[in-house]
Amino acid sequence: MRDSRLSNLLFQTGSVVLALVLTTLVLLVAGAQPLEAYKNIILGSVGSWDVAANVLVSWVPLLLATSGLLVTFTVGLWNIGIEGQITLGAIFTTWALRVLQQSGWNPGVIILIAVLAGMVGGSLWALLTGALKTFGGVNEIFGGLGLNFVAVALNLWLIFGPWKRPGVASMSGTLPFDRSLWMPIAEGSSRLTPLTIVFAVVGVLVVYGMIEGTYFGLKLKAVGKNPKSAYILGIPTWQHMMASFALCGLFAGLAGAVQVTAVYHRLIPSISSGYGYLGLMVAMLVGYRASLAAPVALFFAALNVGSIQLPIVLKLDSSLSGVLQGTLVLFVILGQGVRARLIKKSKEEA
Amino acid sequence: MTDSALLISLAGVLAAAAPVLFAVIGETISERAGVLNLSMNGMILLSAMGGFAVTLFTKSVVLGFLTGAAIGALVSLVVAFASLTLLRSQVAVGFVLALLCRDLSYFLGNPIMGQVAPRLSQQPIPLLDRLPLLGTLFFHQDVMTYLSFILVFLVWFFIFKTQPGLVLRGIGDRPAAAYVRGANVNRLRYLYAVLGGAIAGLAGPIYSLSVKAGWKGTISGLDGVGWIVLSITIFGGWKPFRAALGAYLFALLQWLGLVLQPSLPSVPSQVLQVAPFPLMILTLLFVNIGNAEWVERSLARLPENVRRDISRVLRALNATPPAALGLPFEKE
Repeated sequence: MRDSRLSNLLFQTGSVVLALVLTTLVLLVAGAQPLEAYKNIILGSVGSWDVAANVLVSWVPLLLATSGLLVTFTVGLWNIGIEGQITLGAIFTTWALRVLQQSGWNPGVIILIAVLAGMVGGSLWALLTGALKTFGGVNEIFGGLGLNFVAVALNLWLIFGPWKRPGVASMSGTLPFDRSLWMPIAEGSSRLTPLTIVFAVVGVLVVYGMIEGTYFGLKLKAVGKNPKSAYILGIPTWQHMMASFALCGLFAGLAGAVQVTAVYHRLIPSISSGYGYLGLMVAMLVGYRASLAAPVALFFAALNVGSIQLPIVLKLDSSLSGVLQGTLVLFVILGQGVRARLIKKSKEEA
Repeated sequence: MTDSALLISLAGVLAAAAPVLFAVIGETISERAGVLNLSMNGMILLSAMGGFAVTLFTKSVVLGFLTGAAIGALVSLVVAFASLTLLRSQVAVGFVLALLCRDLSYFLGNPIMGQVAPRLSQQPIPLLDRLPLLGTLFFHQDVMTYLSFILVFLVWFFIFKTQPGLVLRGIGDRPAAAYVRGANVNRLRYLYAVLGGAIAGLAGPIYSLSVKAGWKGTISGLDGVGWIVLSITIFGGWKPFRAALGAYLFALLQWLGLVLQPSLPSVPSQVLQVAPFPLMILTLLFVNIGNAEWVERSLARLPENVRRDISRVLRALNATPPAALGLPFEKE
């Protein structure tokens, strides 16, 4: 047991090193100075309180998306449609805010209702993917992808159509909401909202507790491990799949609501900011276990924020963070494969 | 719109469908062998950027296309190695590569954005291009578009009319049976995955050297095409002609989106550009719904003659994937 832990650690470290080597090669091919680029990313993510706060701002939706995905991964579903679920969450939140902003109600109540509306929106969109799979036989990957595009189209239509700014509609999104409808921002910071950090932390703890500590979580795991035997044992398969879609959608919708009420304070065309796809990467990297989700999501958020300055300072594209994240996940997956193969071989020889 | 203008537009639709066709046919070959290559979206972007870069520096269009094919083959090799040799999930590896290759293309392509490279020129076919209607439509194209017409026939013939094609279907449908009959399942899966990847990799340079010549980074308008390719592969039921129909429908819809734009001023142009995507889900729904249990159950309750008609329609639309798609094969 100790031995296998050690070899696991060794392989994980090896994968990280290989990912760094490959990314460095990519940087060299691009004619850049790798050390300068890495230094820039580190300074760009922890160099000052302001950028560190930005990392937390981007950590919240990423961790929320990852938490939701851990639920769908537990039942063995690939919820690629999460991008659309985040977008629908943002749309529902914006809609609720628009309806209630002139109502004269307490702003706190309005924000609460708007956030709940976002969660419902995300959940409904996820259930649509689930229904396509359950009743239409459409694989959740392709149904989800298609619905992502539909969500983008819907979002653009709203921004350029019914919800356009007075005057001329633009890619910069809808008119920002009144400051009273923003989630409260921490003193001395420009964007950090402590409440959203509470959402993210509570969210990942709830998912961890539910999967590891409840009967419902056990049933989800059973469906994920082997749907047929779970069904024979009396666990209705499709109902549990639908439930996990709905739960994941709640988290995705919350992420969208956070983007509207705490980050952008309006609806913008790329409101989901790719957090859904990035969440899938984080979930894969942590081996679909909730315990490591928070730190790994923080690291990924730091890479994203850290690379924002690259185009200005070093004339490099900010997609470098995606290259580093991608190679990291790829090599960890490959490393696990190599390790499994070696273990199998040594068992056969023994 | 005059007749000849319409014809030229439709000829443009055929050319715009060529890259989609190459990608769909490549994916079909790979999936027929049992290897689901989900990396398509990133792969097309990377081969588009790579092909453009090589053509930019060497001034050779041919080398650009070879680069595209090589990138496609290489990415597919990673998917095949991870899934066939290391037994990792094809979906996981494919998805990671889809994102990784996309970001890689944006990162490496940054310095060559907006530059002008040689592009593939039209090669009217002598005599045939004088044919009324058909001449303008089919014989005023570039080499890759001609090849796209031929490719469909060629791959159809290979899959359904030749002995190796039979083995190809075997290793994707019943690998154990194919193995017993003497096929080296994993080696052939490697071969077809890489071959399919190379064919699909040509889609990139067809875009960056012809259909949407140039490399413009995130605004190249290629992000998303790969996901559509994967849907069309399902729509095509893993059959070349039906896949070709899907590719042409998609290109036609995109063209209609552009044409209808002026007459629908209230709909933002961005919405019409993504219009084909929702339609793809609807088609997927029709293609798959015959497989759902409740459909069979409710059909059974209908009167005999109605039931027979409906199930005939459903069966015509239905597509069943290769039985061992995505599953590893291990000899005991």
